[in-house]
Amino acid sequence: MATTEPVIANEKDAHDTELASRLARTWYQPRGVWGWLSNTHHTAVGKRFMVTSFIFLLLGGVLAALMRLQLIKPENSLLGPDLYNQIFTMHGSTMIFLFAVPMMFQGFGVYVVPLMCGARNIAFPRLNLFSYYLYVGGALVLWGGLLTNTGPDVGWFAYVPLSGPQYNPGHRADIWSQMITFTEVSALGVAVCLATTILRYRAPGMTLNRMPILLWEKLTISFMVIFAMPAVMVASGLLLLDRLVGTHFFNPAEGGDVLLYQHLFWFFGHPEVYIIFLPGAAIISTLVSCFSRRRIFGHTPIVVSVVATGFIGFGVWVHHMFATGLPQLSESFFTAASLMIVIPTGVQFFCWLATIWHGRVQMRLPMLWAFGFFFVFLIGGLSGVMLASVPVDTQVHDTYFIVAHFHYVLIGGALFPMFAGLYFWFPKMTGRMPDETLGKWHFWLFFIGFNLTFFTMHFLGLHGMTRRVYTYLPDMHWQGLNRLATTGVAFMTAGLLVFIANVLRSRRLGARAGDNPWGDSGLEWGTSSPPPSYNFLYPPTVNGRDALWDATPDQAVVVGLRDDIREVLVTHSLDSNPQHKDEDPGPSIWPFLASLAVSATFVGSIFTPWAVPYGAPLVIITLIGWLWPRGHSPAPLPQRTSWSH
Amino acid sequence: MIAALCVLAQAMPLDPGRHNILRPAAPQGSHIEWLYWVIFWIVFAVYVLMILGFTRAGAKSKSDAIYPLPVFEDKEGDERAKWAVGTAVALTVVTLFVVLVLSVVTGKKAAGLTSKNPVTIQVIGHQWWWEVVYPNPQADQTVTTANEIHVPVNTPVVILTNSSDVIHSFWVPSVTGKRDLLPGYSSAFWIKIEQPGIYRGQCAEFCGLQHAHMGFSVIAQSVEDFQAWQQQQLKPAAEPSNDETGRGRAVFLTHACLMCHTIRGTDAGSHFGPDLTHLASRNMIAAETLPNTRGALAGWILDPQRIKPGAEMAPNSLSPDDLQALLAYLQTLQ
Repeated sequence: MATTEPVIANEKDAHDTELASRLARTWYQPRGVWGWLSNTHHTAVGKRFMVTSFIFLLLGGVLAALMRLQLIKPENSLLGPDLYNQIFTMHGSTMIFLFAVPMMFQGFGVYVVPLMCGARNIAFPRLNLFSYYLYVGGALVLWGGLLTNTGPDVGWFAYVPLSGPQYNPGHRADIWSQMITFTEVSALGVAVCLATTILRYRAPGMTLNRMPILLWEKLTISFMVIFAMPAVMVASGLLLLDRLVGTHFFNPAEGGDVLLYQHLFWFFGHPEVYIIFLPGAAIISTLVSCFSRRRIFGHTPIVVSVVATGFIGFGVWVHHMFATGLPQLSESFFTAASLMIVIPTGVQFFCWLATIWHGRVQMRLPMLWAFGFFFVFLIGGLSGVMLASVPVDTQVHDTYFIVAHFHYVLIGGALFPMFAGLYFWFPKMTGRMPDETLGKWHFWLFFIGFNLTFFTMHFLGLHGMTRRVYTYLPDMHWQGLNRLATTGVAFMTAGLLVFIANVLRSRRLGARAGDNPWGDSGLEWGTSSPPPSYNFLYPPTVNGRDALWDATPDQAVVVGLRDDIREVLVTHSLDSNPQHKDEDPGPSIWPFLASLAVSATFVGSIFTPWAVPYGAPLVIITLIGWLWPRGHSPAPLPQRTSWSH
Repeated sequence: MIAALCVLAQAMPLDPGRHNILRPAAPQGSHIEWLYWVIFWIVFAVYVLMILGFTRAGAKSKSDAIYPLPVFEDKEGDERAKWAVGTAVALTVVTLFVVLVLSVVTGKKAAGLTSKNPVTIQVIGHQWWWEVVYPNPQADQTVTTANEIHVPVNTPVVILTNSSDVIHSFWVPSVTGKRDLLPGYSSAFWIKIEQPGIYRGQCAEFCGLQHAHMGFSVIAQSVEDFQAWQQQQLKPAAEPSNDETGRGRAVFLTHACLMCHTIRGTDAGSHFGPDLTHLASRNMIAAETLPNTRGALAGWILDPQRIKPGAEMAPNSLSPDDLQALLAYLQTLQ
């Protein structure tokens, strides 16, 4: 045996090299502008989602800074009410629809999920690419509106009748509702891709019971998106009908109902908060285990909590409407539901604490951000307990107390985990390590600035300052607190600049990362950094909940997938046994053309209902191109002998 | 931490004014304030405990010199954590239940005020001012005013809300929680103010361009003062007593003013804008934006769009003499 081993190893290496070059040829990622537009590989699209949504984070941040400058002193004349109303509407819409969901759900999901499943690509890669372009389309429509002074000015919630045709002539509210349609179709598309990837593309052995928490959360969120987004599309669609073709769904003068809109909007709006927060929690669960150098404590309770959050999240929407004067019974019901959702979040916090408590914590950069998340998000979560109580809520509702609360929840629950996650997966995406020193500067600047700005706002709210006011009178005595809140923006800006510098520097000059620099257990760390276009030379199999930690030295791999066509393995959704092989459709320009056709239809329909009948044929033509059967793949090569690892 | 508290204390207003959730002047507000502090101390304690836990766990962190440390199995830790997490979850459930009960009980207390003989006030939201009506079965006993709501102290008052255009929200922080004014819906709630004084209110639901300048005030006064005020408000407008005020009334009736405003006792009877019959009896104008002085009134009449851009009132060009006469007349409308 001893004499034959090196020979086998050499033979195997040669075979691997040959296989790698064949796979690289088959799974090529097209180049050039045309190629860029038609590249359907999930790592490329995922990174695009991240970069694009990060740009919108910066743009939304610029708007926030402008608002803070306007409020730095009473009766300031920097921005008039018209511009201020556009800016706060754009800030909210940008941060929710163009940053938070595309970054936390789509960006991380599309990049990480297929790798974590051990798959070669995402399911329905063309739908995924189409979703990206639609998202960009919606973003361009919204920001094009602002740049042409038709930025929506009715709040990110666009309550009727203020956003209705009587009180908002022109196209500002139309642009808002059509942007909703764009981004929601995009999120729905990605939800379908991710749910399918998680249910059917998991590596053999990764049964539901062994699925990592991050995949559970992405699966839960995908279903939340599928159930929540239609509600807001109905709301914005009916609003658009009211505005464009003169229906009266929300016109009280004609028997329409203004509260109906609020119910529809918040039936989406509250689950949306969890759609943004759960990905953050998923990142935290991943990091807590990795940097405590032990398995997560309470895998099952955490998974149950996540799924429970997904359900209860749909039963609390009325707490956004406590001030509308509901009957006391329904108020009590929704108070109880809102308090109940604290329990699953509490369970997750207790499990994270237990994991760290009994772990060997190594405070690397991502873990520092995870600790930032604990300090910040808890404040938001606990002030949320106060808001669940109807009497307290009727006092602080629509004041700066709420502004403080939800920035603690959303920046705490999304931005802090986002930076943690970006630093964590940075080596996987670029092959280089992020700079720890710059990362710490980034953390402390941002942490201090964030608390200066938003902790102060609690007091402004208690002192009676309402939201969405473009200015205030000097005798309200709010200027000191407002000045303090504005000061924090400078720190946060500095922190963000350090982050950008860190990314730009480290992606070229950072230390080489290797496959698994953090020693994590996810399958994505079982391939090279950055991963090849086919993700895994041999798709992996899984023995336990922590895939790489539980892998045996001779862990089996998947063989028998063809290397001359883009073949992927489809497994059973429960026990992930191999079921059949499917072909990845490969790069195509049609998703881009289809998104152009759909965008033209959506944008045109703002101006005339005829855009729909004129645009529909274009959409159909592009869909025919998209779905046109490809000529059959070349004859299969004879299967080669493969070695199990 | 201490530095942060000093910075915060330095920024706090010296005079928080009478628009403060934590300085209630009415039993409703007091109940809510009590509940606020109870829940505050509960969640504060939870926060401190959790953060102490995370800090202690983080403080034990190992050096990064050798990274990554090997993954280790810790059955014993898991066993202990099971008990700790189980207990924590049980305590959470109990605490939340306490919060729920307190909340419902306080909600009932804050809402449950009844009286067979209350003062009824109808508040109608407009972009961007408040119409205030004291309805009476006899039409000539109905008082209509704007932006300043007079109420007798220690008397239950029922507020009926409605909106003429978009959604507004009625909020007096020192009195009680807010209530939305929804077009197509009317609702009612009780207030009772115990200390005389002027309490500032503000529209709390975004309602368009001048949402920021849609203030109002609640003026709580003794029952006698309130009745005297009401009697005064029932009278028609004061007749001009000299040439200048006479000319002022003529200016009012021959310019755009009468298109929107009412002065009872004259031909001006439009209800689009605030009723001006007793304008001079109010402390503030333009929905609590400006003091009711001659200068402020002049600035407002000439160019309301500079003070409240987007407001429904158009600029007026008046000759200086006309303006002075108009101001003199308006200032007689006690």
